[in-house]
Amino acid sequence: MNNDLVLRAATKWLSPVIILFALYVQFHGDYSPGGGFQAGVIFSSAILLYALTYGMQAALQLIPEWVLRLGASLGVLLYAGVGVVAMLKGGNFLNYSVLAEEPVAGQHIGIIIIELGVGLTVASVMVLLFFTFARRVAPE
Amino acid sequence: MNEQLTILLVVIPLIAAPITALFKNKDIAWAITLLVSTACFVLSVIIMLDVIDGKHVIYELGGWRPPWGIEYKIDALNAFIALIVSGIATISSIYAKSSVEHEIDDSTIPLFYAAFQLCLLGLLGIALTGDVFNLFVFLEISSLSTYALISMGKHRKALTAAFSYLILGTVGATFFLIGVGFLFAASGSLNTADIAQRFETFAHMQLVETALIFMVLGIALKAAVFPLHSWLPNAYSQAPSAVSVFLSATATKVSIYALYRVLFDLYPVQYWVDMLMPQILLSLGCVAVIYGSYRAWQQVEMKRLLAFSSVAQIGYMIIGLALLNQNGLTASIMHLFNHAVIKATLFMGAGILLYRANTTDLGSLRGMGRDIPWSFAAMVIAGLSLIGVPGTVGFITKWYLLESAIETGQWIVVVTIVIGSVLAIGYVWKIVESLYFRSSRKVHIHAVESGDDSVGKTPIGMAVALWIGAGLCIFFGLNTDLSFDAATTAALSLLKQ
Repeated sequence: MNNDLVLRAATKWLSPVIILFALYVQFHGDYSPGGGFQAGVIFSSAILLYALTYGMQAALQLIPEWVLRLGASLGVLLYAGVGVVAMLKGGNFLNYSVLAEEPVAGQHIGIIIIELGVGLTVASVMVLLFFTFARRVAPE
Repeated sequence: MNEQLTILLVVIPLIAAPITALFKNKDIAWAITLLVSTACFVLSVIIMLDVIDGKHVIYELGGWRPPWGIEYKIDALNAFIALIVSGIATISSIYAKSSVEHEIDDSTIPLFYAAFQLCLLGLLGIALTGDVFNLFVFLEISSLSTYALISMGKHRKALTAAFSYLILGTVGATFFLIGVGFLFAASGSLNTADIAQRFETFAHMQLVETALIFMVLGIALKAAVFPLHSWLPNAYSQAPSAVSVFLSATATKVSIYALYRVLFDLYPVQYWVDMLMPQILLSLGCVAVIYGSYRAWQQVEMKRLLAFSSVAQIGYMIIGLALLNQNGLTASIMHLFNHAVIKATLFMGAGILLYRANTTDLGSLRGMGRDIPWSFAAMVIAGLSLIGVPGTVGFITKWYLLESAIETGQWIVVVTIVIGSVLAIGYVWKIVESLYFRSSRKVHIHAVESGDDSVGKTPIGMAVALWIGAGLCIFFGLNTDLSFDAATTAALSLLKQ
């Protein structure tokens, strides 16, 4: 597929749009349908599209595997970290209300960070899964 | 006691696992795991001491009130299970260091420990939560990490064992989820206490009965109750030794615990007594004891033998549950603990044999016991406990189980226990005979990596862990107060007496 001009051009145009949409779903998760999980999957689909058109080598150059592993772990840490910060501030685990002066603001901050963690982990793991399987077949 | 301690049991492994996965150094990964398990163990002991007299500790996650939010409600039973899980995790992590280095590739060791911690997290979560959906989530966390752990076994067969467990485990978890969904549709709640309290208002719905059947089937699959046990022997015998130790002692026990919760806390006892469930469970338990013991006796490979013996021991727990009186239930709960200690010790012994002779095939291990007298002695102690010799933990449970069976006039159970014990003598003797009384056999050169007969020395960590296990078998066989008090309090709270 590397030489197909139409695909290459279309991917170049589509990928940023997909990523933008992923970010929209991510950060509007607390107002509208969406959230970290969906955003992570959409984000990873952009990378998958890139890997399919430009090949595994290019995709691995774009995002090396160690970055993905780091992302997957950091996402979980972010999630658990918010919970622990809430505990340190005197609330129960994952009680966002204590994160800011005002409970409502705290809830907003809390859920956005949590969803960011979820999004990071889901996106990394999805791409990692794809890479793991794609490498098995060794595409030429 | 500060109730924030309870959530730390889940939070500590949750934070430590991703950090462990980031390290490349196997020693650091091991040290973190040991630290995490020990911390969880200490916390469990603190919580246990707090609730042993029948008190509750309640923790509302995220500050949301139940029944809307997730609630952790810790009583003696929760704390007892958490204690078993974290205690065995500590022993297995002491044991794991040399064993894991021997069996698993260096580059995957940190990931192995991360998965181990996630498994610990899931099992502890199941033990703590008072919310049925949350229970499902933790069940999946522990199961998914278990599949990964089993697949890291030394032989390629581990992959098929892990895969068939993956399929069956997922079916089990899905059944449980369907049950939870039905119950949610009927009751509009996921909180155990809330569902139980308002049970009368929706008890007439057919959906509620279907939900119970789905949930019990799902959990029975995860707990390897007799006809649904087929994944267990392969999974336990192919997994890396440290994983066999940890899983055989905790995974099925925690599922049995979930069964107690569903049957006694979620549903009124009378409801499933009318469905003839005690009779069904009782017969399955009896068949499991005889079938499991018989199959164990047939095996020629030590880890498989022990795995089939687990099927039989799970039968005893189910019998204790199905007898539906205080002694039976106490015996069942105590057996969770006793069997965890016994089976962990025996699997540690099998792991040491695998480490030193590179095989667990009883035929190839002939005379091996004379080369490792101390480890062998520890294994014999655990073996005697498995049979139920007085002075060991196994005796205590069998005694209460017999007492309870005679009390209720279930003579078939009495006969089953006697036959089960005789068969247990048979399969434990099989191990002792080939390890100690048979003439030694030179181990095939190709079976040992160094080219020597066998590895000359048992690593100190493995020996220490083995002897801790054997020591506990004797200690809790002679001092029954702690485990008996905890089990009695737990049984009384389940029976609402």
